[in-house]
Amino acid sequence: MKDVIEGRVWTLGRDVDTDGIISGKYLTIIDPEELKKHVFEIALPEFAQAARPGDILVADENFGSGSSREHAPQAMKAIGVGAVVADSFARIFFRNAINLGLPTVEARGVRAIFEQGDTARIEMRAGRITNVRTGATVTFPPLPPHLLGLLDAGGLVEKVRTELAARKAAAAAPP
Amino acid sequence: MTASNGHGMTLAEKVLARASGAERVVPGEIIEGNVDLAMMHEQGAQTVGPFHQMGAEKVWDPERVVIAIDHWVPASTEGAAVLHRILRKFAAETQLPHFYDVGRHGICHQILAENGWVVPGDLAVGTDSHTNMLGAMGAVATGIGPTEMAAVLALGQLWLKVPPTIQVKVHGTMGRGVTAKDLVLRILGEIKTTGATYKSVEYSGPAIEALSMPERFTICNMTTEMGAKCGMVAPDQKTFDYLAPIAKHAMHPLTPDADAQYERVVEIDLDGMPPMVACPYSPDNVRPLPDVVREHIKVDQVFLGSCTNARIEDLREGAALMKGRQVAKGVRFIVSPASTKIYDQCLKEGIIQTFTDAGAVFTNSSCSACFGGNMGILAPDEVCASSSNRNFPGRMGAKEARIYLMSPAATVAAAIRGEVADHREYL
Repeated sequence: MKDVIEGRVWTLGRDVDTDGIISGKYLTIIDPEELKKHVFEIALPEFAQAARPGDILVADENFGSGSSREHAPQAMKAIGVGAVVADSFARIFFRNAINLGLPTVEARGVRAIFEQGDTARIEMRAGRITNVRTGATVTFPPLPPHLLGLLDAGGLVEKVRTELAARKAAAAAPP
Repeated sequence: MTASNGHGMTLAEKVLARASGAERVVPGEIIEGNVDLAMMHEQGAQTVGPFHQMGAEKVWDPERVVIAIDHWVPASTEGAAVLHRILRKFAAETQLPHFYDVGRHGICHQILAENGWVVPGDLAVGTDSHTNMLGAMGAVATGIGPTEMAAVLALGQLWLKVPPTIQVKVHGTMGRGVTAKDLVLRILGEIKTTGATYKSVEYSGPAIEALSMPERFTICNMTTEMGAKCGMVAPDQKTFDYLAPIAKHAMHPLTPDADAQYERVVEIDLDGMPPMVACPYSPDNVRPLPDVVREHIKVDQVFLGSCTNARIEDLREGAALMKGRQVAKGVRFIVSPASTKIYDQCLKEGIIQTFTDAGAVFTNSSCSACFGGNMGILAPDEVCASSSNRNFPGRMGAKEARIYLMSPAATVAAAIRGEVADHREYL
């Protein structure tokens, strides 16, 4: 994970739910490349066409509420979202995004300092988000080491793979 | 209301202490919890890829894993058929014996409940957000995504941040025609959709103790809509009686300490409370049913189903109101039992006949119209009265469609009247 993430901002309101990110009719799609065509079809219909890799989503409270569908962060990752920032997140979305290695930052008051099209700079370890256009900043408590480690590993799959490999090596090693 | 200043543990803290082998845990602490039960539905198909990518070769404990397909049963699209096939193949390869396949199927949470898969003291995880329902057993039961499930299947553990607890104390008696659904909507109106984010909600008080297990399932089920990590009821004699003939593993009944520390206490008085409705487009947009009735909201579709409210008690109550009456002209009434077991019971009791005589469609068990991906899809601007749990834009189809959430009895009244109606007129 990059320590500093910078990108063009898309703004969203509060309570963006997972139906608004990927609606129920697409839940049988497994291929992220196919899923990404439908990302934000309800909550931000112009996004799928106009998104550029590295774009940053800035939302108000309770982003990702609703279902446990990992399709939501998967589709966002596939289309190249660089990070998701919100005043607050729904818990399963937050876990899913971190597990997939999608940088996810909860920062109170962040939505208020951005307008559509601004540039955001996120310092993950320093815990600061800056609006590059206006200079406004908000600080946030950096993710706990456990979760930073997960993002650094590239997500949960990589982390567990390393752990299982280490266990296997330990079991195979001579006493 | 001020929180108490005690040093004891809440119910969630007790269960998470047990799960992590710790003497005590405190909110904010990150623990590694040993999982007692892992459940997957169709989303589990996305667990298979990560499971293999992790280099996992076997499932930590096949006796602790349940697969219950429910969203598209039987498969209604080719995509769904592929998801089912991936799960069947995975279950065969990793020797998972507890697969509730087509014909023995049901909504995953109901399958866990009616077969005793989650018992007091358990840490249970499932690939569906409404896994919270099983907290009614006195367990911490919570939803996770499929990649996380892959880690659980490989290791039998997951990390959890110990949540602070909101205590919801319920007093009083439910009036005629008022149900557990009305109570949980009332609580949602108070706590709102973000009020319990990352938190545990512990339901207690004399009115909670008076509820049956199915009623407790309904309450804990919609804790999800409060943003909570889990919703729980301390186990009591009703829990033990329900589980005694069916429990799949040993119970570890835990109760909160008298001096447990709660972040917030919400007091609810049932006396005089009317039936409730959650209006579009949020489950916390809750109003008294009589107020909504006065607006004469015409409905195109009515849905009596979902993990929240499609148990035999709900369908019996609905059928009693439906008997001898007809579904209004121009209204589509869909009734979907929560499991095949419940379907069979409806068959025996004549409940299916009652609904079909009235002009309703009684479907096989599945999530059905609840999630807008299988059947009972709404067209733009259509209105649906539903016993399910969510009414977000686009939840049941077109994003302009409007969904009103209510009790099973109130859905039947809406089907009869062709508009949102007060079922108490038919009692």
